[in-house]
Amino acid sequence: MAIVFQKPKSLTSKELHYCPGCPHGIIHRLVAQAIDSLGIEGKTIGVAPVGCAVMAYDYFSCDMVEAAHGRAPAVATGLKRSLPENVIFTYQGDGDLASIGMAETVHAATRNENITIIFVNNAIYGMTGGQMAPTSLPGQVTQTSPYGRDVKLQGYPIRVCEMLSALDAPYYIERVAVNNVKNVNQAKKAIEKAFRNQIEGKGFSLIEVVSACPTNWGMTPQRALQWVEEKMIPYYPLGVYKDRGAEEVKA
Amino acid sequence: MAEKVLMKGNEAIAEAALRAGCLHYFGYPITPQTELTAYMAKRLPKTEGGVFLQAESEIAAINMVYGVASTGKRVMTSSSSPGVSLKQEGISYIAGADLPAVIVNVQRGGPGLGGIQPSQSDYFQATKGGGHGDYHLIVLTPSSVQEMADLTSLAFDLADKYRCPAMLLADGTMGQMMEPVALPEPHKSVIDKPWAVTGTQMKREHNIINSLYLSPEVLEKTNFQRFERYAEIEKNEVRFESYLMDDAEYCIVAFGIAARVAKNAITAMRKEGLKVGLIRPITVWPFPKKAIREAADKVKGFVCVELSMGQMIEDVRLAEECLRPVMLCNRAGGMIPGVDQIVSMTRSLVSSVEGGAR
Repeated sequence: MAIVFQKPKSLTSKELHYCPGCPHGIIHRLVAQAIDSLGIEGKTIGVAPVGCAVMAYDYFSCDMVEAAHGRAPAVATGLKRSLPENVIFTYQGDGDLASIGMAETVHAATRNENITIIFVNNAIYGMTGGQMAPTSLPGQVTQTSPYGRDVKLQGYPIRVCEMLSALDAPYYIERVAVNNVKNVNQAKKAIEKAFRNQIEGKGFSLIEVVSACPTNWGMTPQRALQWVEEKMIPYYPLGVYKDRGAEEVKA
Repeated sequence: MAEKVLMKGNEAIAEAALRAGCLHYFGYPITPQTELTAYMAKRLPKTEGGVFLQAESEIAAINMVYGVASTGKRVMTSSSSPGVSLKQEGISYIAGADLPAVIVNVQRGGPGLGGIQPSQSDYFQATKGGGHGDYHLIVLTPSSVQEMADLTSLAFDLADKYRCPAMLLADGTMGQMMEPVALPEPHKSVIDKPWAVTGTQMKREHNIINSLYLSPEVLEKTNFQRFERYAEIEKNEVRFESYLMDDAEYCIVAFGIAARVAKNAITAMRKEGLKVGLIRPITVWPFPKKAIREAADKVKGFVCVELSMGQMIEDVRLAEECLRPVMLCNRAGGMIPGVDQIVSMTRSLVSSVEGGAR
C-alpha cells in the first residue's frame, strides 16, 4: 500500500501533551515539514517558550533550548551569533512574545536578527489555565477578565504583525491561520518561506499563526475554529505585512 | 613573566576575557563598569569570530549569554549592581541548565538605584544564589587590577570545569583604578562539551538545554547531582590569602578594596606592637571556612571589614563557630572604611577581649 501521509521526520515519536482540538499539533507539524523539505534538521536549533509549547523541546528532533518566559528571541540571538551557519527558530505564544517578551521581540526585529519566529496567537494564556493575554479580544471573557476584557481598564489587544512592520529592519512578517485546509496550506508556505529567508541570510522572519484554545475558550474544537473565523481573523487580518524582498523587487 | 602594562581594572577584565578565548560578549551600559563594555565594543569586531552586541536590557544580555553558552562557547556579560539584579532570572536558568558562563559585577552602592560609588553590598546576592531556586555561583573577588585579569581567566576555566556560572565580584574602586598588570597568556577551553547544541548533523540524538523537570523526583535528583558538584568545588577551589597570620592575635577578614585598606591598618597596628593578621577570601563562594575556623583556635577575635551593612560577617560567624567575638567595621552607600576606622575598631575589640589591658 502506498504511504500518502506520515509524521514528518523532524518530529520525535513523543506523544504530544496538548488538549484535544488544540492546533499546536498542526503548527508543530507545519514547522517540522518545513525543516524536512529544506533538509535542515541536522543544523537546526529550536528555542522553546514558556507556555503551552514549553515542552516543544521533546517534540522536535533537532537540537533544542528551553528559554525563560519571553526571552526566546534573546536566546536565539545568542545561538545565531555563535553559530551563524545553523538555522535558529523560536516557537512562542502570545503571552510569551507579546507581553513579557515584547522588548526582546521588538529588538530582535529591529536588528533584523537572522532568525525565524513562529508566533502562535490564541488570545489566551493556555498553560496557566486561561488568563487574559495581550491579544485577548475586547470583551473576551477569561479567568482574569471575568466580566470581559474592558478596554478602558485593560487596554486594547496588540496586533504584533502591524506593530513590527512599522519598523524598517525586519525582513518578512506574515499572519496566517490554521482553522481550515486553505489556511493551513497557506501557513505551510509561509513557515517554509520564513526558514528559507534565514538560510538565504535575509534576516528576521516572523509568522504569526492565529490559533485556537478550545479548552480555555470553553468551546468544542469545532466551535473554536468557527470563533477563529468569526472573531479572531476580523481583528487579526491574515496576509503579508512586510516583505522586504518584494519591496526590493518592486524598487 | 609577561611585561606589565598600565590598565584600568574594567579593561583588564575585558582583555583577560579575550585572552581566555571569550569571543562573545553582551552588555548594557551602566556605571561604574562601562569601560569594560566599551573595550569589548572596540576589540571584538576586530577579532576573528568575535561578537559584541549591546543588548536592549540586562535581561536580554544574560539571555544572549544563555544562548551562546548553550553552544559550548565561552561567553561573558558584565554590569553593576542594579543591572546584576535584572540578570538574576537568567543566571538562575543558566545554573539550572548547567551551563558555563562568566558574569562580572562591578558593584556600586544600593539598594535601589543607590549610587555609583564602590560597594560590596551584593555579597548576599552573589554568594547565596541571587535568583530563585537552589544554586550557587563560583564567586571570585579581586583585590588588585592584576587579580581582575587573573581571576577573570580563572573564572572561565572553573565555569567550564564544573559546568556552572562563575561571577567576578569586583567593586567600583577596582573597576576604575589603574595599576600595572601582567596580562595572562592566551588560552582556550580544553574541556569537551558533548552536551552543547550545535545541530545534530543527523549523527546523534538531539541535545536539549533545559531547566524544566515537571517530575519532582527528577527535579530533586538534578538538584542533588548539582550539589555533588558544588561539594567538589568546595573541596577543590577555595582560595584565600593569609597575611601575617602566623603570630596574629587578632584577625581581620576582608576582601577586595577593603582588604587593601586592612593591610595598611595592619602595618600601622603592628608598628605599635599589636599583632594583627588578615584572611582575605579570594573565593567568597566557596568561602574559606576552614581557614577561618583554624584561625579561631589561634586568635582572640575577628574584625570584618566590609563596604556594606555587614554581609560576609554572617559567613565568618558560621565558620568560626561562635568561638571568638566578631566585630563589624564597615561603611556603606559607596563609602570606604579608612585605616583610622579599622585601627580604632580593632582596638575596641582588643579592649573588650582583654579588659583594657592594652
